[in-house]
Amino acid sequence: MAEIVLRQSPLDHLSLDARAVAEPGPAGVVAGERRFVAKVNLRGDPADEAFVKVAKGALKVFLPTTPNTVDGKRDRYALWLGPDEWLVIGAPGTEGRLVADLRKALDGIVAAVTDVTEGRTVIRLSGVHARETLAKGCGLDLHPRAFGRGRCAQTRLGKANVILHQLDDAPTFDVYVERSFADYLWRWIEDGASEYGFAIVAEPIMAALKARRATR
Amino acid sequence: MLLIACPFCGPRDETEFRCGGESHIARPGPAETVSDERWGDYLFNRANPKGVHLERWLHGHGCGQWFNVARDTVSHRVLAVYRMGDPPPKDLTP
Amino acid sequence: MTAQSHRNPTGGRIDRARTLGFTFNGRYYEGHPGDTLASALLANGVHLVGRSFKYHRPRGIVGSGAEEPNALVQLGQGALTEPNVRATQAELHDGLAAASVNCWPGVRWDIGAINGLLGGLFPAGFYYKTFMWPARAWRAYEWFIRRAAGLGLAPREPDPERYDGTHAHCDVLVAGGGPAGLAAALAAGRAGGRVILADEQAEIGGSLLAGGGTIDGRPARAWLDDATAELAGMAEVRVLPRATVFGYYDHNYLGIAERLADHLPPAERAGRARQRVWKVRAGRVVLATGAIERPLVFDGNDRPGVMLATAAQAYANRWAVRVGDRAVVVTNNDSAYQTALDLSESGVAVALLADLRAEVPAALAQRLSRAGIEVAAGSAVVDAAGGTRVTSAEIRRLGADGTTLEGPARHVPCDVIAVSGGWSPAVHLFSQSGGRLRWDEAIAGFVPDISRQAEVSVGAARGTFDLAAALAEGARAGAAAAHAAGFGDGTATAPAANAREVIAPRPVWRVPSAGRGKAFVDIQNDVTAADIALAAREGYSAVEHLKRYTTTGMGTDQGKTSNVNALAILAHATGTAIPAVGTTTFRPPYTPVTFGALAGRTVGPLFDPARLTAMHPWHVQAGTRFEDVGQWKRPWYYPRGSETLHQAVARECRAVRTSLGIMDASTLGKIDIQGPDAAKLLDLVYTNAWGGLEVGRCRYGLMLKEDGMVFDDGVTARLGPQHFHMTTTTGGAARVMAWLEEWLQTERPHWRVYLTSVTTQWAVAAIAGPNARRLMAELCPNIALDAIDFPFMAWRDGTVAGIAARVFRVSFSGESAFEINVPSSQGMALWQALMTAGAKYDITPYGTEAMHVLRAEKGFVIVGQETDGTVTPGDLGMDWIVGKKKPDFVGRRGLARADCKRPDRKQLVGLLPQDPKEVLVEGAQIMADAAAPPPVPMEGHVTSSYWSATLSRSFALALLKGGRARHGQTVPVHAYGKTSWAQVTEPIFYDKEGEKLRG
Repeated sequence: MAEIVLRQSPLDHLSLDARAVAEPGPAGVVAGERRFVAKVNLRGDPADEAFVKVAKGALKVFLPTTPNTVDGKRDRYALWLGPDEWLVIGAPGTEGRLVADLRKALDGIVAAVTDVTEGRTVIRLSGVHARETLAKGCGLDLHPRAFGRGRCAQTRLGKANVILHQLDDAPTFDVYVERSFADYLWRWIEDGASEYGFAIVAEPIMAALKARRATR
Repeated sequence: MLLIACPFCGPRDETEFRCGGESHIARPGPAETVSDERWGDYLFNRANPKGVHLERWLHGHGCGQWFNVARDTVSHRVLAVYRMGDPPPKDLTP
Repeated sequence: MTAQSHRNPTGGRIDRARTLGFTFNGRYYEGHPGDTLASALLANGVHLVGRSFKYHRPRGIVGSGAEEPNALVQLGQGALTEPNVRATQAELHDGLAAASVNCWPGVRWDIGAINGLLGGLFPAGFYYKTFMWPARAWRAYEWFIRRAAGLGLAPREPDPERYDGTHAHCDVLVAGGGPAGLAAALAAGRAGGRVILADEQAEIGGSLLAGGGTIDGRPARAWLDDATAELAGMAEVRVLPRATVFGYYDHNYLGIAERLADHLPPAERAGRARQRVWKVRAGRVVLATGAIERPLVFDGNDRPGVMLATAAQAYANRWAVRVGDRAVVVTNNDSAYQTALDLSESGVAVALLADLRAEVPAALAQRLSRAGIEVAAGSAVVDAAGGTRVTSAEIRRLGADGTTLEGPARHVPCDVIAVSGGWSPAVHLFSQSGGRLRWDEAIAGFVPDISRQAEVSVGAARGTFDLAAALAEGARAGAAAAHAAGFGDGTATAPAANAREVIAPRPVWRVPSAGRGKAFVDIQNDVTAADIALAAREGYSAVEHLKRYTTTGMGTDQGKTSNVNALAILAHATGTAIPAVGTTTFRPPYTPVTFGALAGRTVGPLFDPARLTAMHPWHVQAGTRFEDVGQWKRPWYYPRGSETLHQAVARECRAVRTSLGIMDASTLGKIDIQGPDAAKLLDLVYTNAWGGLEVGRCRYGLMLKEDGMVFDDGVTARLGPQHFHMTTTTGGAARVMAWLEEWLQTERPHWRVYLTSVTTQWAVAAIAGPNARRLMAELCPNIALDAIDFPFMAWRDGTVAGIAARVFRVSFSGESAFEINVPSSQGMALWQALMTAGAKYDITPYGTEAMHVLRAEKGFVIVGQETDGTVTPGDLGMDWIVGKKKPDFVGRRGLARADCKRPDRKQLVGLLPQDPKEVLVEGAQIMADAAAPPPVPMEGHVTSSYWSATLSRSFALALLKGGRARHGQTVPVHAYGKTSWAQVTEPIFYDKEGEKLRG
């Protein structure tokens, strides 16, 4: 029997890790891939009290009903996608548990739980020019007066459908993209950010950078 | 480029949407009872007003929801946006 | 020859500390930073810059900005060359190389000038009249016309420059950085609004850069410096110089073309975007676009040296250039008086100012006479003499009604005639926004009247030419716009400037001819006053017709200086009032925008996304040839060594039929359907019935549009009582998802069903062939694989090569096949495991081409290949899939139309070419009668055609009128002038009983 290769993310073929730096220096945009984050699509009627109660009980997270907002905590949160749709995010590897818990809890309630972990990846983008980089291909107004921390939106970036999630005021954004578009979108971001100084960082460093900024 | 206020997501560029043509067209049925003429009318005949047009749009690159738009075809002004199933607002002056 | 013969030693906004070398028509000149190509040429005494479009008359620099009709040059060389650049807007850089356009072989000796002598051949509408007869001679005429006419040359090489584009949002967009625009931006910015101020020039300031005057008791230029510094210090204000607001679209969406690097020598542009387009959504727009001076229409008014008065003034004040040695100024309004004074001060001898008005502004006239300049009241320049440069002006007194001349002629020697025919507010953007214009008699120009969008025009753009009033309007508009966005109280204090009394201009649209030369209206398109009068006589009395017939107002300048003169002359010729004639439509762009800027970064690899599957890197490494299917890159075929497509496909097909093939089927659309009403939804959108499908089984379905025509197809599996997994065609995935949502949300909103796209959640490897089950047995210990436990059209969960998998027993090849779905991140692992374990069966990857051949042998249709939106299930011989007992499904009523039941509809058939080696052309037409004269009645067409390695012969699928009743007939098939013969057969060529795929 053949040896099983590891799971591959849709950007692995670009060997980003080989180009990653430990210290991004003066780069205006820092980016990296958040691989295998758990993503579960949840559908249900927010007017159905049983659904809301049971979903919250299973997730330990409120499903936001304010459009384009995110609710939750560091390792598990829910993005509003539509009037009856959320994307639940969890730590890598937790998707199976999430799906099972939700399905079990929602048994008998009209709802849909679908694992979409494998269908999308997340590109994290941070830095003083992250906003300008996105604005090159996104028609949304990302100005702090119009967008901001804790906001999310399904929109277009370049020619790809994405979900944007702003995490902090650095600003840092998570860009969710369908895995088949990931190669295109990464190239698009790198090309657009090159004028600001662009650095690739590995995932742990990305998290550390974010923490450092938060304490500044 | 139109700016369309999705009733769920708020104002977005026209390119996030797809126009689905005239709204409030009831599908005739049951099939056996519908004449060819009536069916042809349902399939092909559409209003083409100079002025207020009630049409349905899909926020396809956003929340994926269909909704109705009252648009002035002369000025392209969006006079009202309302959800599927809701009746058009009464007072629509271009 | 590097002396700047006409540059003054002091003054102007140029940097004399640095000298820039450049060439024009191969000759070396020098200028300074701050120069445009036009100002630098004039500083060197060069006026002659090109030849005219039609008559090839020598032409000079007319303006100093965007309005320039004449001074179009070819910039740069090779791949970097750019045609038809206005010399007045091209910033000088070291090493700049420019050449005249539209002169062959050269600007001084031009072969086309003979057209000028043969002027009678080129009347209005000359293309339509002259070259129409004899019709066959057009090709000969065309060669000559294309050679002699036209403007610059497009580069032949790909553009090596980089371009960019961005979206932007603001509360207030101010178009134009002159005094009114600056006042608006300051007021809006001080209130705290998000402001974008865009101006087309390298420096913000507009008319303040060239004029004098005082603001707040200080020289206007000092106020300008303070204003720009203050704006630069505001965090929410973005000032864009070198940025032309070129288009005003719906809902306050505007386009700005910003030139980032055009002013740099190519060597310094490396890595930078040359230009950038801003797509701006603005809360409010303030249009401070200024006004464009009009020329006067008199004989010889196109001679080099005849230029707009403001341009002459700008060259003197802003660039310290003397536009000539001796000038005549001619005007119908007050503004040129200051021009005369400024020219005189800059060292140009001003011989005379002719004012068309009998009554002249006394104070200004007095200042001129103090400066020794004669003012000739009620007089005009009626003819300009000269060749490659004007040599004298003929001055006559005008009669009271402006159509006659009086008194003796005076010939005044001069090398410059500075002309002012009044001002046209630059209403282009306002008009593009949908606003309506009004003719203002007082200024003799069109001004904004009724707005359609959230914008306001201020300053000269709305006919307010007085500096104090323009500043006040700007400040007011800026404050109001910010207030509308929630900033400030809507009030602002305007800077103070001295108001002036203005005497109305005297419109004399065609200065009476002294009887000799041509008087040009549109100088770029060589349209004369006589052409317009002729067109009017010939019935082209509507302004839009006039434009197309005479070409007036066309070209790169779109008639910025000529439109009002043209329509006024048309009004005169037709006895109509100017407002009744109206204007032609203003369309974007205001000035030409390069294709590069419009494309931005959407070029090369970023032109369109290439969607990749999880196994893509493997395919690349295997040397696969890819096919674009929608945005997906799908393996087309896998050549080994030097194999051709044909050889590779034959080998891949043989492998599937005789042993084992493997295909990447990840791109199929996949939709997860959950909810109590899921089966009802399937019943609605598919033609067959779904309620009875057992969990664990799959079914093929056909979707129709309401008209009964086939729309998509695919296999759907029942995962649970209320849970389905639908597959769609690769290209149809998004379409089908939207279709289902549309039915659910608009027609069946009470149904409880949720759809989620899972297309890319799964990677899919399809293995097919007689050895498929053997391979599965090795890798898949936990699924019973025999045909009874795991029958055709069933699915099972299990593991394959240790990877959690969902396996479907479906087949598109006609062989025993398994479609193995695994989480996408393990798609590569699965593929590699299958390749390794399958080696003993010589497992052969096959691409879309082999797949097409294999399915066609089985007579399986491909939606979009056998169908084209006019094909019903019955046409495909698939009546069996249409539920007869179902009360409703989408397309049911459509299918019931009599037309769908005609026996002579085009029906799917097989074709076997008489020559078994001939592969018919896809799209070839089946003729009713090969011997019939054209037009031959067509009876159908070939939809798919291949070489079959399995059958050792060619075959095809076709749609043929009444085809099902015609099996056995031989029909003529025509393509590319060749007729072949083929026998009509049943559309199935392999394993008719389906034993292999079920086995």
